[in-house]
Amino acid sequence: MTSDGWPLWEVFVRSRRGLSHTHAGSLHAPDAEMALRNARDLYTRRSEGVSIWVVPSTEITASSPDEKDPFFEPSADKPYRHPTFYEIPEGVKHL
Amino acid sequence: MTAVTAGTTGTTGTPGVSDAAVAATQAAYEAVFDAAVAADERIEPRDWMPEAYRASLVRQIAQHAHSEIIGMQPEANWITRAPSLRRKAILIAKVQDEAGHGLYLYSAAETLGTSRDELLDKLHAGRQKYSSIFNYPTLTWADVGAIGWLVDGAAITNQVPLCRCSYGPYARAMVRVCKEESFHQRQGYEALLALSNGTEAQHAMAQDAVDRWWWPSLMMFGPPDDESTHTAQAMAWKIKRHTNDELRQRFVDIAVPQAEALGLTLPDPDLRWNEERGHYDFGPIDWTEFWDVLKGNGPCNDQRLSQRRQAHEDGAWVREAAAAYAEKHTGKHGEAQA
Amino acid sequence: MSTPGTREATVPTAAALALGDDALILSHRLGEWAGSAPVLEEEVALANIALDLLGQARVLLSLAGDEDELAYLREERSFRNAQLVEQPNGDFAHTIARQLYFSTYQRLLYGQLATGDGPFAGLAAKAVKEIAYHQDHAEHWTLRLGDGTPESHERMQRACDALWRYTGELFQPVDGLDLDHAAMESAWLDSVTAVLDKATLTVPTGPRTGAWAAGAGRQGLHTESFGRMLAEMQHLHRSHPGATW
Repeated sequence: MTSDGWPLWEVFVRSRRGLSHTHAGSLHAPDAEMALRNARDLYTRRSEGVSIWVVPSTEITASSPDEKDPFFEPSADKPYRHPTFYEIPEGVKHL
Repeated sequence: MTAVTAGTTGTTGTPGVSDAAVAATQAAYEAVFDAAVAADERIEPRDWMPEAYRASLVRQIAQHAHSEIIGMQPEANWITRAPSLRRKAILIAKVQDEAGHGLYLYSAAETLGTSRDELLDKLHAGRQKYSSIFNYPTLTWADVGAIGWLVDGAAITNQVPLCRCSYGPYARAMVRVCKEESFHQRQGYEALLALSNGTEAQHAMAQDAVDRWWWPSLMMFGPPDDESTHTAQAMAWKIKRHTNDELRQRFVDIAVPQAEALGLTLPDPDLRWNEERGHYDFGPIDWTEFWDVLKGNGPCNDQRLSQRRQAHEDGAWVREAAAAYAEKHTGKHGEAQA
Repeated sequence: MSTPGTREATVPTAAALALGDDALILSHRLGEWAGSAPVLEEEVALANIALDLLGQARVLLSLAGDEDELAYLREERSFRNAQLVEQPNGDFAHTIARQLYFSTYQRLLYGQLATGDGPFAGLAAKAVKEIAYHQDHAEHWTLRLGDGTPESHERMQRACDALWRYTGELFQPVDGLDLDHAAMESAWLDSVTAVLDKATLTVPTGPRTGAWAAGAGRQGLHTESFGRMLAEMQHLHRSHPGATW
């Protein structure tokens, strides 16, 4: 999907230090350098970010919605991955 | 078509599968979709969705995006004449936001498997609409204020419920738009207030603008419910959450006291509080004008579309140059080489 | 430390006007692009630059007096901006060439002002970051237009050539600014030459100043299109004397 040969880029913005980059949206740009600049102008013009990633949309591989069950269901039966699974005697701290 | 943006249907044309099997799968998909909508879950780009839902969203999001970028024109008309530097800065920032909102919305539309180029081509060819309100001229500075107060006010009334729209990317774009748009209405109101409290000539300018923009703003909510072709289905799909008439009434109820605070009159002799309904009654809307402007006979239809086409054509060599440069200098990872 | 009241006296008004008018007028020209940029992403970029410049102009003009009186009620001859910034937008190449020439100059200028302790140091320290971005934007587009298609190359070369003769004025001394103009000029030439080379463009060879002995923008002498621009900019404000907006 191009705009006169300008591919689509996905934009990820880190809103402040200590947080992960989060998907903010997409835009068109002729190349990575311009994509970064366009992203800065578009997605951080109200100081919403301190760092930006841009990725060509075509470079993202997504899990298929059809694979939803096999992909994500197995984890649902592994409660031992979560700290709340474990019982700790009262009064024990820093665990 | 790209990995993240393509809509996948997954069931059509699979060789060796009987029509009955396809129909059964289709029905199963449809059931999942209906359940998600009923449960107020969001539909995401790669989920299966009925083709009519997809088409309806593309139509609505495209029209919305087009409205943002065509809507830049009537206000940009006053950037170079803004009467104070403070107002000028505000207006540039506002028109810039509209370009930004257009971009968010085109992005949302692209997740449905349609490209921005395609949508722009349709706009330029007059095959997709934008909000008719922008076919009215901005004749004085006060029009900038009236657009902020009334047109953006009506738009916000329309848009806030869209933040809960069933289609995820559209809803998310609208959250961002609404957050940014809150300043648009306030700046317009403030500009009008300054005029209303200003000299006699300024007050008259403000009143004249409100007289011209009031009725077209009410028309922005679309035709009355009994004539609206898209409303019922759009509400069933939770693309839309309220009917045109509900939203219009909500807007009138909000605007009347605001007009009083401004010291300006709304041009409707039938406007009065109805104790029984708990709403303001208002006079009949001239739907002939609405349909006429929609058909292309508004004062600025040709002008707006011509300017948009012209900008697009004039910019073609620039877009081509950047693409050619990228072609020459881009490594395999998309990084422009220094 | 200066005390209130004396600070104003130490601000060189002529310099505040020269720098403030540069920013005001260029911001106005960029504002004319609204709704007509070559691509939507560029609408946002050009508006950002216009807003930065307008912000700079408001601070600078306020050092010299009332910002609106200065912007809207002065006659053409009282404006002190360099002629470069008032040049019409032309095609996108002309706008980019104007941006390249001006932002390179402005970055050097504000860089110097920011390091001193003069009345503009605070403003310059903030503005120089904005300007770094303007210069980056101009350079990126110069490369893409210069080294893009044959058409874009030709347009960009024409634009660079056409605006070249307005660049000498940028390095004329300004009353109240104690700067090393010669050093700035040679740094400017180096920087612009490097960008044009990289963009496969030819550094213009024509004169860098006009042949008119009467003077240029810093003396209040402007080019034909400027009066028309001011007429549009000032018309509404002047039609309502004393009104507040």
